[in-house]
Amino acid sequence: MAMHNSKDMIKQGGIWVFILAELVFFSIAGHYWSVSNQAFMDPGNMLLLLKQSAPIGIIALGMTIIMINGNIDLSVGAIFALSAVVLLDSLSWPFMVALGDWALPLAWGFALLTGVTLGAINGLIVWKTGIDAFIVTLASMLGFRGLVFMYNGEQPTSNLNWTLVDFAEAQVLGLHTASWFLIGTVVVLWFVTTRTNHGRNAYAIGNNREAAVNAGIRVGPHFMWNFMLIGFLAALSAVVFYSESGSVNPNDGMLYELWAITAVVLGGTKLAGGYGSIIGTLGGVIAIQLLRKGLGHIGADTQTVNLVIGLILIAVLFLDRQLTRKGKEELKI
Amino acid sequence: MNDLQPVLRLEGIVKTFPGVRALDGVSFDLRPGEVHALMGENGAGKSTLMKVLGGVLAPNAGQIYVAEKPVSMTNPQAAKALGVVFIHQELSLAGELSVAENIFLGELPLKSFGRVDWKKLYADTDKILKTLNVSFNARTRVGDLSIANQQMVEIGRALTVDPRAVIFDEPTASLTDAEKVVLFEVIADLQTRGVGIIYISHRMEEIFKITDRISVLRDGQYRGTLNTAETDEDKVTQLMIGRSLDLSRNVSHHEMGDIALEVRGLSCGHLFEDVSFNVRKGEVLGFYGLVGAGRTEIAETIFGLRTPSAGQILLNGQEVQINSPIEAIRLGIALVPEDRKDQGLVLGMNCKDNMTLPQIGRLTKGPFVSDRAELAIFDKYRDKLDIRTPGWRQSVGNLSGGNQQKIVIGKWLSMHPEVLIVDEPTRGIDVGSKSEIHNLIRDLAAQGFAVIVISSEMPEVLHVSDRIVAMFAGRVMREFTSEDVTEDNLIQAISGLTGDKAA
Repeated sequence: MAMHNSKDMIKQGGIWVFILAELVFFSIAGHYWSVSNQAFMDPGNMLLLLKQSAPIGIIALGMTIIMINGNIDLSVGAIFALSAVVLLDSLSWPFMVALGDWALPLAWGFALLTGVTLGAINGLIVWKTGIDAFIVTLASMLGFRGLVFMYNGEQPTSNLNWTLVDFAEAQVLGLHTASWFLIGTVVVLWFVTTRTNHGRNAYAIGNNREAAVNAGIRVGPHFMWNFMLIGFLAALSAVVFYSESGSVNPNDGMLYELWAITAVVLGGTKLAGGYGSIIGTLGGVIAIQLLRKGLGHIGADTQTVNLVIGLILIAVLFLDRQLTRKGKEELKI
Repeated sequence: MNDLQPVLRLEGIVKTFPGVRALDGVSFDLRPGEVHALMGENGAGKSTLMKVLGGVLAPNAGQIYVAEKPVSMTNPQAAKALGVVFIHQELSLAGELSVAENIFLGELPLKSFGRVDWKKLYADTDKILKTLNVSFNARTRVGDLSIANQQMVEIGRALTVDPRAVIFDEPTASLTDAEKVVLFEVIADLQTRGVGIIYISHRMEEIFKITDRISVLRDGQYRGTLNTAETDEDKVTQLMIGRSLDLSRNVSHHEMGDIALEVRGLSCGHLFEDVSFNVRKGEVLGFYGLVGAGRTEIAETIFGLRTPSAGQILLNGQEVQINSPIEAIRLGIALVPEDRKDQGLVLGMNCKDNMTLPQIGRLTKGPFVSDRAELAIFDKYRDKLDIRTPGWRQSVGNLSGGNQQKIVIGKWLSMHPEVLIVDEPTRGIDVGSKSEIHNLIRDLAAQGFAVIVISSEMPEVLHVSDRIVAMFAGRVMREFTSEDVTEDNLIQAISGLTGDKAA
């Protein structure tokens, strides 16, 4: 048993070791190649990093429980965009304008409701038709994105509200609002996955669906809850981000689903389901953001960043496979 | 045929894993034209030995000889090239491809520019199929074949080389009796061609029917070889477990209660028709029949996994409708399924989580699952069922089959069911743990549970049941009490040979 646990520790802890390596590397490399004079490990820089991780981070945390459950959600980027449109557009509705600042929580509510509803649509289809979540959300990704374009054409939807901006830019204990939302999501989902009935059943279903059914677990409703949860989180992510920026392009949030999945997988969650952790995903999110920032720090351009992230993803998963495979006989390919 | 020169000989094979000596100097030889049984409990080292032989694992010490020439099996291809081929228990066939493509998988005959020589492929395949005497042809899609025929394809694959030794690993696990006969004919045919056969099985009847010699492994050590004709089941069992096993008839000495579950005229399409039986509190009702006789399907229907097309289910005299496992569980019906690993356990989870799986919804404190409540249940049933595990954190995948089965049983007992259905209670469980599971089932009945045991092993049904329902082709042929049952009339009933149907 000791061996089993230590292996788990290595696997779960691996991402944090990787983050540490990144920090050391960029601090040293930055010393020689930095385009600015600022130190990389500057506290202000690190706090900013957390804030920048938030939009994809919050979605990735939701994706973790979806993937533990044995599903996947490709529509999160589109849900993100549509929720943002609802948030900003609703602020210009006549009755909302009349409400003054009281319209703000209501607009948040509309946006979050949009996310939950879209998630519920995904969940309901997966539950009732039995079609694979990959296909269902691939279709809804296209469909939801279509709705975004139908709303305002190619035009951006804008509405800069200074009260919202102030809220989004506020700092408590040095952390920005977005960072607090990220941390809050981590805490809540950590409890949900490790300590609740729903979380435990999600693991069981992802690991062995048939055994879960035989144990009297209702698989469909759990799917449904998780899709609603990730819909909510995609909307939450949008709400936090667009409160500050005040303008959404119809193409915003594209590829977010893939970045989220990348972070989840980097964090050690299995694509096949049944295994993974929220803390690991947080590590994955931070690792990616650190890599982007670090490479920027030493003067690499965006294309290089993407190439490096791609390479590292393969390297990390290969390493993980080697660790997992140790002592087991696996099919040689 | 030279009887003196073995086709295959192993000498002093040692294989160690960290902390375990899986094989400890195993020696053993296989003569041409003989069927040599390899027996041992789970964990005795059979699979490790076969992996060494098949080139999947490299031994730490020892030597393998093929036709008395020392060889080293570095990979499965090397083993096959030397004429040592395996028929694995789990079939590894590509269901969407044809029989021919499967038989020559990876070695399709080619023409120039890498084009497949279909003509030759089908002709070669037909030649092989002819020796196997099967009803399908080279172009049949493998996915459309029965399990038995798929196994024939697997055997066909072995015949693409000129095999010296063929190793069968539990080949009859999912075959019907009729299909077994066909398999044994193929084995006999291989024998006459001078091929040596290693036959791995837990089933004594088969071993005594078709093998010439029996070698036994225990705890990674070679325990001896017996001539089948000169030994009996007791001796083999003793060699395997170091003591003899009690499989005598069991009759309840305790009082039985009221009827807990009654089924009247239950049907489910063509799977089973007009099935009626009842089971009392404190009674073990055995279901015996061939694979495909509809026994598992009846259990699944009672458990709400299938919808009956006709008939009634009564629980404590009240008619009930059961549409899902959740409803069955709520009514106090529990099912220990046939396939532990696929249907009963979440292998990636630990022992405690598996044990409390159906009821964690109840073990909560506020929104959170209460560790303390869970551990209380786990500890109670670990002690009660004598589950041997280093701790609750242990992943169930690492437990032995017997302990895994106890986890599944414990899972249901902790829900306090009234009716416990156990489908193939000891499938894939080693001989020593078998009797523990049997005793456990008897104990449960003595405590007042109504237990239904479905089994394909006659000694098992005879041993644990108070009454036995014999099934054939989806129908109840006859119901036996422990007084009127004999092996002969039981076999007749499940083969559909008996005229006197149960009333």
